[in-house]
Amino acid sequence: MAIQVRDVNKQFGAFQALSDVSIDVTDGALTALLGPSGSGKSTLLRIIAGLETPDSGAVLIDGEDVTAAPARERGIGFVFQHYAPFKHMTVHDNVGFGLSVRKRPKQEIRDRVTELLALVRLDGLADRYPSQLSGGQQQRMALARALAVQPQVLLLDEPFGALDAQVRAELREWLRRLHDEIHVTTIFVTHDQEEAMEVAEQIVVMNHGRIEQAGTPRELYEAPANEFVMSFIGPVNRLGDAFLRPHDIQLLSDPQGEGEEALVERVVHLGFEVRVELKLGDGRELWAQVTRETAQQLELQEGQILALRLPQPRVFAEA
Amino acid sequence: MSSSGGTLAVAAEPGGALSEGLPTPLASGPGNTAKVSSSRGGRLALRTVALLYLAVLLGAPLVMIFYRTFEHGLAPVWDAVTAPNALHAMWLSLEIVLIVVPLNTIFGIGAALLLERGRMPFKTLFGLLIDMPFAISPIVVGLALVLVYGRAGWFGNELAAQGINIIFSVPGMVMATALVTLPFVVRETIPVLREMGTDSEQAAETLGASPWQTFWRVTLPGIRWGVGYGVVLTTARALGEFGAVSIVSGRIEGQTQTLPLYVQDRFENFDTTGAYTAAVMLALLALLALLAMNLLARRANKKEGH
Repeated sequence: MAIQVRDVNKQFGAFQALSDVSIDVTDGALTALLGPSGSGKSTLLRIIAGLETPDSGAVLIDGEDVTAAPARERGIGFVFQHYAPFKHMTVHDNVGFGLSVRKRPKQEIRDRVTELLALVRLDGLADRYPSQLSGGQQQRMALARALAVQPQVLLLDEPFGALDAQVRAELREWLRRLHDEIHVTTIFVTHDQEEAMEVAEQIVVMNHGRIEQAGTPRELYEAPANEFVMSFIGPVNRLGDAFLRPHDIQLLSDPQGEGEEALVERVVHLGFEVRVELKLGDGRELWAQVTRETAQQLELQEGQILALRLPQPRVFAEA
Repeated sequence: MSSSGGTLAVAAEPGGALSEGLPTPLASGPGNTAKVSSSRGGRLALRTVALLYLAVLLGAPLVMIFYRTFEHGLAPVWDAVTAPNALHAMWLSLEIVLIVVPLNTIFGIGAALLLERGRMPFKTLFGLLIDMPFAISPIVVGLALVLVYGRAGWFGNELAAQGINIIFSVPGMVMATALVTLPFVVRETIPVLREMGTDSEQAAETLGASPWQTFWRVTLPGIRWGVGYGVVLTTARALGEFGAVSIVSGRIEGQTQTLPLYVQDRFENFDTTGAYTAAVMLALLALLALLAMNLLARRANKKEGH
């Protein structure tokens, strides 16, 4: 189902959490709300879910105004950062909860739970309690629980934030494949730009309760609307008013020719990628990102003088 | 009795921590035998002091009561237990517990939810009011009730004219006991509620549960150990309450005598066997409540795999 948010404002005491926020999410899309902490992304998600009420503005799901509807009537599934398991219930009862409060027959619940546990690869763990599962398993249980009621919209609040790096990477990949399978409109909140770029088809970048830019990962990377998006979505060098990406800087071994001279201050090998920290003739500092091969060809070492070919830097009208 | 209930439960924990928690860090320090043995000695001393303290305060008096009760064999004890006034006192005590505990449990859960989750004005004041019975002497509680509901009190005469007697009868005793035990469930429930957080309740809501379903199936099971402990404390305190009930009841033999009042009555009448027997009955009832709670907790912990 398509989701529309229209001019939503939300204030907590003196803190303006959201200012005139509007977004459009198309039916079946996988969207990320990306921003630093305090940017309002979680508040926006909770307003869509009905767990918070906006001070003004409207939320539409499938064209219907649900602003005043309680969460339980919105047809959503919500996944919390810390899983929010029902600790006193088995995995089976957790996943079957939504069906059980709808008073579905026991056999139907059992069948559906079995099916969902297979989907989230927790087969055979139905009789365990949440405390007997790992963090990643608990999060998959929470996902199965949210999917059990066949929501029209799946909302995930920093779903992988509390997991360690490897499990997180696995679950990201898995979430994207799951979305390909079941095609439910999905919005997830993250502060990790890599996670957003990797998983989402559409990214909404937020900052200070406002939307900075919305678009596909590629659009955001190639045509950032402003300084914030440019620096949040990837690494950046700032030279006065100008911004350039470290991988756009070309290093040339011959200082006599074209380009600006720079001193190599430090070379950091990060596997395939090599970071080169540079100082320009006028004292300004920046860093470049090159491949291992380039670094070898240039025989990069500290103290070396190089020539830089800088791309057309990006300048934003209003910083 | 309430104090013995509290002490037993609290004392069980430090003991467990001493025997299980400490050895691991000590054993991992190689070549530090002097330090290890000295702290081992310290541990022993600490344990001895704790046990001695308990023995002096709790063990010796309890043993003495049991000893004096059964000093002359079982026959006098049986006579004392089956004395009409003793039986009446026990049933009255149980009756008061059976009324007060559900009332204060329901009130306690509601008040805890309001204080922890609700948005209401004068929250601090409300919390202070609930704690008042902890601070005020039960005697004062009793006197206050007499002042309000007694014959010479604010409503006493009007109520008496309608045939309702509160003071010197069971309703007054229930009120006094309820007032004195008011804070237990509230204060035991609030921390558990806080620790549980609101995520699981909100999860239930997004899954389609009504507020009522959420309360019964998520909130209440989540806080049940806090509530349970509050119930045990309330029960123990209600069974043992003396001061407030003593004033409000008028201490009419065979009518408004609870077990603690009966103990005092027997004691003052030099019927030591009667007094000790009733005291043992009281102790056993309180122990029973504690045991029931511990058994339930153990079974649930095993089930949830902690």
